[in-house]
Amino acid sequence: MAVTDRVITPPAGRSPNAGNDGKNVRRLALSRRVSKWDVKLSPYLYISPFFLLFAVTGLFPLAYSAWVSLHNWNLIGGQGKFAGLDNYAFVVAQPYFWNAVGNTFSIFVLSSVPQVFLALVIAAVLDANLRARTFWRMGVLVPFVVAPVAVGLIFNNLFADQFGLINEMLKAVGLDPVRWHSDSLASHAAIATMVNFRWTGYNALIFLAAMQAIPRDVFEAATIDGAGRLRQFFSVTVPMLRPTAIFVVITSTIGGLQIFDEPRVFDQSGLGGADRQWQTLTMYIWELGWGQRNFGRASAVAWLLFLIIVLIALLNFVITKRIASQGGRK
Amino acid sequence: MKKPSKLSVLSAAAACLALSLSACGTSASEKGGVDGSTGSKPVTLTVGTFNEFGYEKLFKEYEELNPNVTIEHKKAATSNEARDNLTTRLAAGSGLSDIEAVEVDWLPELLQYPDQFADLSDPAVEGRWLDWKTEAATTADGKLVGYGTDSGPEAICYNAELLKKAGMPTERGEVAKMLGGTWESYFDAGRKFKAANPKAAWFDSAGAIYQGMSNQLEKAYEEEDGAVIATGNQKVKDIYNQVLKASSEDGLSAHLKQWSDDWAAGFQTSAFATTLCPGWMLGVIEGNAAGVSGWDVANVFPGGGGNWGGSYLTVPTQGANQAEAKKLAGWLTAPEQQIKAFTAKGTFPSQKQALESSELLGQTNAFFNGAPTGEIFAERAKAVEVTPFKGTKFFAINDAMQQALTRVDVDKTDDAASSWEKFVTAVKSL
Repeated sequence: MAVTDRVITPPAGRSPNAGNDGKNVRRLALSRRVSKWDVKLSPYLYISPFFLLFAVTGLFPLAYSAWVSLHNWNLIGGQGKFAGLDNYAFVVAQPYFWNAVGNTFSIFVLSSVPQVFLALVIAAVLDANLRARTFWRMGVLVPFVVAPVAVGLIFNNLFADQFGLINEMLKAVGLDPVRWHSDSLASHAAIATMVNFRWTGYNALIFLAAMQAIPRDVFEAATIDGAGRLRQFFSVTVPMLRPTAIFVVITSTIGGLQIFDEPRVFDQSGLGGADRQWQTLTMYIWELGWGQRNFGRASAVAWLLFLIIVLIALLNFVITKRIASQGGRK
Repeated sequence: MKKPSKLSVLSAAAACLALSLSACGTSASEKGGVDGSTGSKPVTLTVGTFNEFGYEKLFKEYEELNPNVTIEHKKAATSNEARDNLTTRLAAGSGLSDIEAVEVDWLPELLQYPDQFADLSDPAVEGRWLDWKTEAATTADGKLVGYGTDSGPEAICYNAELLKKAGMPTERGEVAKMLGGTWESYFDAGRKFKAANPKAAWFDSAGAIYQGMSNQLEKAYEEEDGAVIATGNQKVKDIYNQVLKASSEDGLSAHLKQWSDDWAAGFQTSAFATTLCPGWMLGVIEGNAAGVSGWDVANVFPGGGGNWGGSYLTVPTQGANQAEAKKLAGWLTAPEQQIKAFTAKGTFPSQKQALESSELLGQTNAFFNGAPTGEIFAERAKAVEVTPFKGTKFFAINDAMQQALTRVDVDKTDDAASSWEKFVTAVKSL
């Protein structure tokens, strides 16, 4: 066992034969050599299953779709002629592509920003001394385990244009109904609501876990210094959550830019609205790949989306690092 | 388009994976027809269907008749799921059932790959189906790729109580006479209705009516050689303008997009008086209009007959038991069996003999005021004259057209002219 071997491996700097009477020097040398390799290699072996799995299920499809994007490729007919960058040129020239980019970002901003703030607040509340703590903590995760399609069906009932619950209520108090399925921004808001419903609790639990890890004596010191609850939250809790905040922002960026389920089930035809009011990039990929069966173009958009996500993630990383390094104690 | 479905992203993901992991090989068998013998060695046949074909009892019966056969039934919840599954596995080159059910609207796109499907032509089934049903499943060089199961002949469903309020006749025969034989006469009746009863609409949406009208065009969007004519086809543009004038200017539309939550709710509030209904739509209306009285069926369809929906059984050439599969498909789609399926689940037959059967003709529907639905739809099926040609881009173009109509009729974000421009742009981008 490598782990126990590591335990008895003397730390570097001690003389190799210290504490040995030289009787089995040779055998020891061999076992030392083996255990040295063991120490060097075994960690990699232990983590290899993930990377092997990723290579098969992640990396290979990634590379393969790049290959597909350089060809004319029909979903059923399969590989056609080599097309170079034609597919990319075609989709970039499409107004629908840029429309999808705009919608994706709009929905992403409307969902991710409120989500992170809301999750932080909910986590702070859950961190307090509540009765039936576990019950509440489990409770915020309930929306997350409901299938997104089911969520879509329920919310569609709320957001229906003529007879939806929300518009019925607006009409009852004499306001104009909101045109959820024809006004672009309204549709984004409705979809963002579904996304937030699902993910806020999940992110709240991650924040909560991080809050639990903050040493309690820091709070005690703050209390002795006379800081109130709110002051403690902003001056102690939030700064100490920075690394977690970075993690949450980056994961929700990656997830948010790939949004598909909620806009897809927002109406019956699943094409993002009659005027493509809420067609996101993943839906556009779907339309090209399965609607028009043009896998080459669909893969090109998929790769463009990948590049966009990488760029945004890098940007995120740089900004959050900046924020994290400012005013942070050494 | 039959009822669109909820879509599971999982299936999409699985599809991508399947695509990327398989070398997308398409092994084309050059010879038509089916090899192999039937009836001796034990065999397990898989059958892939969707929604309700009404086959469960028939499978048991077939297993008793053919002791060497065991049938495994794979049922997808919706037509769209079945389509995604079929497309993906065709692309993968493996994994299809021995018999795959295919819906008429996505049959044309499969006809591009005739060597993926066994030729099922057989003297034994000559003349079994209505001509238009067989034509749609026959390739240019005369190969029959699918055996017809059910069909969707269309009539007009109407709400008698709304007509009564407008002082119009409510009895089936009289309503049929009043609606008349052309689309214009149908719209005229609507204008009279609207004048007498401004609160309710005449039909559900422009898109719903357009789909009935366009299915009577022989070639709406494409030529047989693949040329797209959608944007230059005067007939399409005329229908488009006609239906939008009736919907928006004359106010005959309830602006309820078919299958939307609003549309379903519209049945409860009796928002519109008439809707185009194929046989399978009766169940949908009954579900949505539960507790609402007054619905009935008139034996009429403007502009001649019309068909919406219906399916076929195909035998993919991937399968190892094509001969046995063909035999089973032939047996399932025989008139006697289709009548049993019809009794079980209401799938209206496309077989000539089945349309004559007393069991079918005697059928009535209690929810629709006891209408003799068997008789009505049998007549409607015979009235279908045109088999619309649907080429490889039909699905995409028709989606773009439905969006164009929705922009004007439901969303009101465009007028007819500007929405048409957007439609032209969309078609160009295909």
